[in-house]
Amino acid sequence: MTHRTIAGSAAPPARSRFARSVRRYDWTGYVFISPWLVGFLLLTLWPIGQSFYLSFTDYSLLSQPVWSGGANYAKIFGGDPTFKKSLSVTVAFVLYSVPLKLLFSLLVAMLLNRNLRGMSFYRTAVYFPSLIGGSVAVAALWRNMFGKDGYVNHVLAWFGIEGTGWISNPDTALGTLVLLNTWQFGSTMVIFLAGLKQIPQELYESASVDGARPIRRFYHITLPMLSPVLFFNLVLGIIGSFQMFTASFVITPRGGPMQSTYVYAVFLYEKAFKHFQMGYASALAWVLLAIVAVLTALNFLGSRYWVFYESDGRGAK
Amino acid sequence: MTIFRSRWLPHLFLIAFSAVMVYPILWWLGASLKDVTELKLPRLWPSTPHWENYADGWRFSKDYTFGHFFANTLLMEAANVVGGVFTAAAVAFGFARLHFPLRGFWFSIMLLTLMLPGQVTIVPQYILYNRFGYVDSYVPLILPHYFGGGAFFIFLLVQFIRGLPRDLDDAAKIDGASVYGIFARIILPLIKPALVTVAIFTFIWSWDDFFAQVLYLSSVEKFTVGLALRMFIDQFEIAWGQLLAMSLLSVVPSVILFFFAQKHFVEGIATTGLKG
Repeated sequence: MTHRTIAGSAAPPARSRFARSVRRYDWTGYVFISPWLVGFLLLTLWPIGQSFYLSFTDYSLLSQPVWSGGANYAKIFGGDPTFKKSLSVTVAFVLYSVPLKLLFSLLVAMLLNRNLRGMSFYRTAVYFPSLIGGSVAVAALWRNMFGKDGYVNHVLAWFGIEGTGWISNPDTALGTLVLLNTWQFGSTMVIFLAGLKQIPQELYESASVDGARPIRRFYHITLPMLSPVLFFNLVLGIIGSFQMFTASFVITPRGGPMQSTYVYAVFLYEKAFKHFQMGYASALAWVLLAIVAVLTALNFLGSRYWVFYESDGRGAK
Repeated sequence: MTIFRSRWLPHLFLIAFSAVMVYPILWWLGASLKDVTELKLPRLWPSTPHWENYADGWRFSKDYTFGHFFANTLLMEAANVVGGVFTAAAVAFGFARLHFPLRGFWFSIMLLTLMLPGQVTIVPQYILYNRFGYVDSYVPLILPHYFGGGAFFIFLLVQFIRGLPRDLDDAAKIDGASVYGIFARIILPLIKPALVTVAIFTFIWSWDDFFAQVLYLSSVEKFTVGLALRMFIDQFEIAWGQLLAMSLLSVVPSVILFFFAQKHFVEGIATTGLKG
């Protein structure tokens, strides 16, 4: 327990008195973290266990859960076509939207990480679309703009391109949602920006002195120094995209044209709260958890090869 | 090379880029004043602004005006922000400054919950709230904010508190302050900028937390702005001008809040977010 040593300059007598007092309120910490702890036990840990149990039952809320063994899982993996469909839609969404958003927000963050006059104005303007968030309001706007007779097609018409009904066409509906997700890159971008600001300027200066071009500086300084932040955004981006709900639910109700935007979260929502198949929905949730857990674990394993942590101990936990 | 060093080129580029990003919102503003025929046209501003879109949209539902839905949402938000800010601060103080058994363990668990998909807990949570008769009330929407306000905020504040010099705590301790005194009189005032960030994020995120609202609120009387908008979209014949007018109004609170606290918002994350 090395953290018992108290930082700094306290004189020896004060220090021992202080050390004693620290030991005395050892448990006081629990008073402070109790809100989180109670919430964790009540609204996270217990529900996790409960949903694991329910995933082996038939349960409609009205009667008691009936044990059904692995029947729910057997049905999911035994070729429930809706499961396959929603999973493949979700995977497609993740594969397109995560890299696109990361790349875009990194580029924007680098653009905004300069000392220019009026930078706070540009930052606000660029952040603005994310501020209004993934809300229903934006979904309404999107639905109108990308409609068959909407604004986007009229602009395309100027260039002689005949647009389709972006949202009613099964080939493009999901792409529209990916685009919306990318437009709201703000929070990812802000985190990149924070990371960029922590890269010591001296590194760039000495690299420039050594004659490194901007591209080399990007590959050899920015990218490695930023890799922990990139990793953070990647992990949370994948987890978040697997749970995408509002945009699909509001812009393309009932899973969109030919279920082309029927993402996993919407499928689970309908199973649980429209068909009241709580047991089946719980099994779906556990399958999702397993997928996300495996992907996250792979991410962490892979991170050894490309994420660079400064070894000087700064901020080590 | 000179072109890269020129002073106005980055500005030109940034202005163009900002314009592209903001353009849909400007179009939105114009569209909310258009009638049906003009709505399709790419022109930004209508020939005659139809301000009645706002008046009619405000009263689109027979029983309630949008004022009612705004009041519902803002009341819920007030409760959420108060709960989130104070409990997150307390929990973060506990993790950042106090030594207690299993601290490291609980802290890792808390970080792990950041990665837990909400779908895993949603069904049992619903069952729980249902058993206590809280479905179709604000309890399931407000209560979670009183349990530390969410792992992300706790983490943010822990990082912030860790950055504060401990000498202040020690000095207060020597002067006889209790842990509670140190929390209330030393730490709380010092972390105000981070708390502003937490408050704004709590506000915006719970405004947008559509999933929970759809799930738990079913009677129109209790609808939030988001649910009211969806009710609008689900109508057989959508009055787009009115819908866009109302959805534009619905983002106004977040925007006002953002501009009030702009400095804290971006800088706050930049300084707290990701050390270590």
